[in-house]
Amino acid sequence: MEDLASIFVRAIFIDNMVFAYFLGMCSYLAVSRTVNTSVGLGFAVIFVLGITVPINYLLENFVLGRGALAWLGPQFAAVDLSFLTFIMFIAIIAAMVQLVEMVIEKVSPTLHNTLGIFLPLIAVNCAILGGSLFMQERNFVNIGEAFSFGLGSGVGFFLAIVGIAAIREKIRYSAVPAPLRGLGITFIITGLIGIGFMSFMGIEL
Amino acid sequence: MSEPNKNNKKEAMFSPKNQKLLSNPLGKDNPITVQVLGICSVLAITVQLRTSLVMAISVVAVMGLANVIISILRKTIPPRIRIIVQLTVIASLVILVDQLLKAYVYDVSRQLSVFVGLIITNCIIMGRLEAFALNNKPWPSFLDGVGNAAGYGSVLLMVGFFRELLGSGTLMGYQVIPNFLYDLGYENNGFMILPPMALITVGIIIWVHRYRDRNLVDIS
Repeated sequence: MEDLASIFVRAIFIDNMVFAYFLGMCSYLAVSRTVNTSVGLGFAVIFVLGITVPINYLLENFVLGRGALAWLGPQFAAVDLSFLTFIMFIAIIAAMVQLVEMVIEKVSPTLHNTLGIFLPLIAVNCAILGGSLFMQERNFVNIGEAFSFGLGSGVGFFLAIVGIAAIREKIRYSAVPAPLRGLGITFIITGLIGIGFMSFMGIEL
Repeated sequence: MSEPNKNNKKEAMFSPKNQKLLSNPLGKDNPITVQVLGICSVLAITVQLRTSLVMAISVVAVMGLANVIISILRKTIPPRIRIIVQLTVIASLVILVDQLLKAYVYDVSRQLSVFVGLIITNCIIMGRLEAFALNNKPWPSFLDGVGNAAGYGSVLLMVGFFRELLGSGTLMGYQVIPNFLYDLGYENNGFMILPPMALITVGIIIWVHRYRDRNLVDIS
């Protein structure tokens, strides 16, 4: 249990998707104009990361990795399908996003209205694929750890995008040099927050 | 710039319109500083010029080919499932690039780690496929892909150049800051190696770019 909690906190702060690895920057920059929309996208990302990371973990361990197919029979023990990783991961992500969208549409139309436009966007959000690829590099021992990592990464992204949206709403009233307005200043602010987040780096959990 | 050009059957291979497809993304339509696409990888892999160069070449290859393939298939892909089709095409090309990198430049491939895989979700590729390749012929699509990838690569190289020069005093791994400067008390700026400095460098590039081209200034 302690392990799970520490993986969760690590994923939020020390390995923050946005500030430590700069993943998901496209949607981070494009959808952070107002706080409301960024909250919607943030929740959608938490949701999808929490689902796809554990599924891709199972896929990695029971289908794709070296010797992962051994459960089918001894003749498969030497099969190594890891070159298919990218295509399988992205297929899972795209399929899950589609599925999640359909389920939400049926179960909760209000949630669908808030998340609606963001869900298809998420399939091509680098943070989602990045979450699965980092999961592969980390060698988690069980699916619970993978789930906790996925959820933590999602929460990290949520905090980042809501934070920058709030700053951007405020900064509209400041006298930023004209050529720097909008995109330029957002980059520089993100860089400064990133430097701040580096102070978490030395912390061992 | 993404209007479908239907009646260009007799157009020369490098007609002015096609040249524009290639040159616009390098300047006033730059995918990173103007269209804000494909930022993710710019930041993580630009500590050295060498990794930036490898990444830029990989993206040019993937994007040119993906645009051509999607453009050839554009009439047969059902619109409802086009995203999955596009992702499959891109993912297959990225697997090829990844295997080639592993075979020929293994050390660079280690440094790029997950970022080669993340070319798949590089929004600039999806963005151009959606906006251009789906309703244009293969040759203009190819030029558009190469142009945009080159625009992307040029920013990548710029950021990589400054970060490696100021951060480690080297370029492509060779020392360029002469030794007597170090003797005079010059120090490498270790700050430039840290990832957040990539963001600030891109911010400054955007600043300079928009200062020189006032049309791009964000009015809102």
